[in-house]
Amino acid sequence: MTTESNNSVQFTPDRLAKAQEIIARYPEGKQKSALLPLLHLLQEQEGWTSTEGMDYIARMLNIQPIEVYEVATFYTMYHIKPVGKHVIEYCRTGPCCLMGGEEVYAHLKQRLGIDTGQTTVDGRFTLKEVECLAACGMGPVFQIREKYYMNLTNERVDEIIDELSK
Amino acid sequence: MATKILTEHINVPGIETFDVYRKQGGYTAVEKAFKTMTPEEVVEEVKKSGVRGRGGAGFPMGMKWSFLAKPEGVPRYLVCNADESEPGTFKDHYLMKTIPHLLIEGMIISSYALGANKSFIYVRGELMYVIHILEKAIAEAKAKGFLGKNILGTGYDLELVVQPGGGAYICGEETALLESLEGKRGNPRNKPPFPAVKGLYQCPTVVNNVESIATTSWIVNHGGEAYAAIGIGRSTGTKLISASGHINKPGVYEIELGVPVEDFIYADEWCGGIRPGHKLKAVVAGGSSVPILPANLILNLANGEKRLMTYESLSDGGFQTGTMLGSGGFIVMDETSCIVRNTWNFARFYHHESCGQCSPCREGTGWMEKVLHRIEYGHGHRQDIDLLVDVAKKIEGNTICPLGDAAAWPVASAIRHFRDEFEWHITNPQEATQPGAVYRGEMALV
Ligand SMILES: Cc1cc2nc3c(=O)[nH]c(=O)nc-3n(C[C@H](O)[C@H](O)[C@H](O)COP(=O)(O)O)c2cc1C
Ligand code: SF4
Ligand code: FES
Repeated sequence: MTTESNNSVQFTPDRLAKAQEIIARYPEGKQKSALLPLLHLLQEQEGWTSTEGMDYIARMLNIQPIEVYEVATFYTMYHIKPVGKHVIEYCRTGPCCLMGGEEVYAHLKQRLGIDTGQTTVDGRFTLKEVECLAACGMGPVFQIREKYYMNLTNERVDEIIDELSK
Repeated sequence: MATKILTEHINVPGIETFDVYRKQGGYTAVEKAFKTMTPEEVVEEVKKSGVRGRGGAGFPMGMKWSFLAKPEGVPRYLVCNADESEPGTFKDHYLMKTIPHLLIEGMIISSYALGANKSFIYVRGELMYVIHILEKAIAEAKAKGFLGKNILGTGYDLELVVQPGGGAYICGEETALLESLEGKRGNPRNKPPFPAVKGLYQCPTVVNNVESIATTSWIVNHGGEAYAAIGIGRSTGTKLISASGHINKPGVYEIELGVPVEDFIYADEWCGGIRPGHKLKAVVAGGSSVPILPANLILNLANGEKRLMTYESLSDGGFQTGTMLGSGGFIVMDETSCIVRNTWNFARFYHHESCGQCSPCREGTGWMEKVLHRIEYGHGHRQDIDLLVDVAKKIEGNTICPLGDAAAWPVASAIRHFRDEFEWHITNPQEATQPGAVYRGEMALV
């Protein structure tokens, strides 16, 4: 999660092998299809999606950097600005709200002392609002990286934040 | 006992593994299809089953398959739509994470039927953990000879690729999905040409929902006629319903199409009734895009007969008194729910998710969000209700893809059935903006 020294953004050796595997799975000449998966792979490694990272992927796929930028900015999952260690992606859509999602979100914001889109001063948490995460029967819901946290209550939120603050 | 086609073995411990799935009869449909049926015969059974696309539009799957163009020397593709982003819908998520081999087996059968040698499962990127589960299942199936080169010695080759999305509801729309799969922004394409003629990489392509594809093993094993014998009329087979909101037992339920809505809401087998001490106010029966109905109209048709969980019964009465089965995202609201707030929430969702290509959708969704926001926050004007109706009308039918309609219907239907509640917000802003304030006027709760 460094913001400097990004000129040297590149995949770690095992991720590079994975990237090559991904590129090889599309038909000849259709390697651009690897763009979204490669952006995920790099963000998983770096924590966010920097311009240097996007340029690196453009070179890898032999496409123009603009083709990467326009994709990275279209989709909501790519963090094109630096983020905290844990990005909390909180579902704000109707069915979760019926289950008290807005009240729990207010508590979460208060607990972290930040608003949507902000990062805590210690750089530990970033808060994002997202749309329905396909877990509406277990709402309220948020996601941190690949993990879903469901049936949230104020108490449960406190436990999770305590755990991640250790 | 109601027939379970998709979820019969879902609670068997270890069902996510190849071995346990196989012990429960898994992959016998692949063996049967490959050894005893031609691809055309598989298509024929799917046609006979009458199964309709489970992604929302309900188009007959066998018919879609038979439209696939088959020019010589051009590859054909099957793409599974696992983007599942329609608010209220979480069945594909559940199915893939608990019984991934059911989808993999269905993908093998469907690919064989269509003559595809490389098929894709496009999963919304947020479900990365599910992608890992599917990739593991694919590796297992491949190790057992059900994927890869020369499957079961038939000479048929198949590779499955699991592709992540990047977070965009619009990529559930099939042509946007194909754009995304090609590594581009998810802008829906103009149709025609339809994907059946020019789809992925400009080649003939079939796009089907997870649940649709997952039915094919059962159809091959038992025959299309047996499938068609379940359900009512043109609503054949079973459907996964994602039940959420103010019910005692939220979750995913596999129902035989034809169950009365009332039973689905109140019986212990399904939703188990409205949470204690509360009453039913409204239901959004098929995902956020379909019209909302008040309690009396979701339970009964305009003529007083019971409404059933079928495509036809849910849409009975058109948009005046009916709705749609859609994706089966069944959102239940009790009397504590504010219809204005929920409508604003959905409008904001569609505005956020509009790809912005067509102005009626881009501008219209923005307008609706803004006007609903001011009504909800106590700054509404008398004319705002008619303005909303007018904007919704201008969007409907005037856009490249159906997201525009999907944005217009929830607003138009909420006003149609809950107009008093909107008016109350406008005429009593002080009261309506109190924390937790909900309209308690004249309305039928059940
Ligand atoms: C805005 C929009 C979002 C959609 N989202 C999904 C989705 O998440 N999953 C899905 O299967 N179909 C979705 N659809 C429907 C698809 O365009 C397509 O009809 C479907 O995948 C076809 O599969 P089926 O016939 O098996 O249902 C969506 C359509 C629209 C207009
Ligand atoms: S209707 Fe909306 S989402 Fe669909 S193509 Fe037009 S602008 Fe994009
Ligand atoms: S509304 Fe929150 S997961 Fe669907």
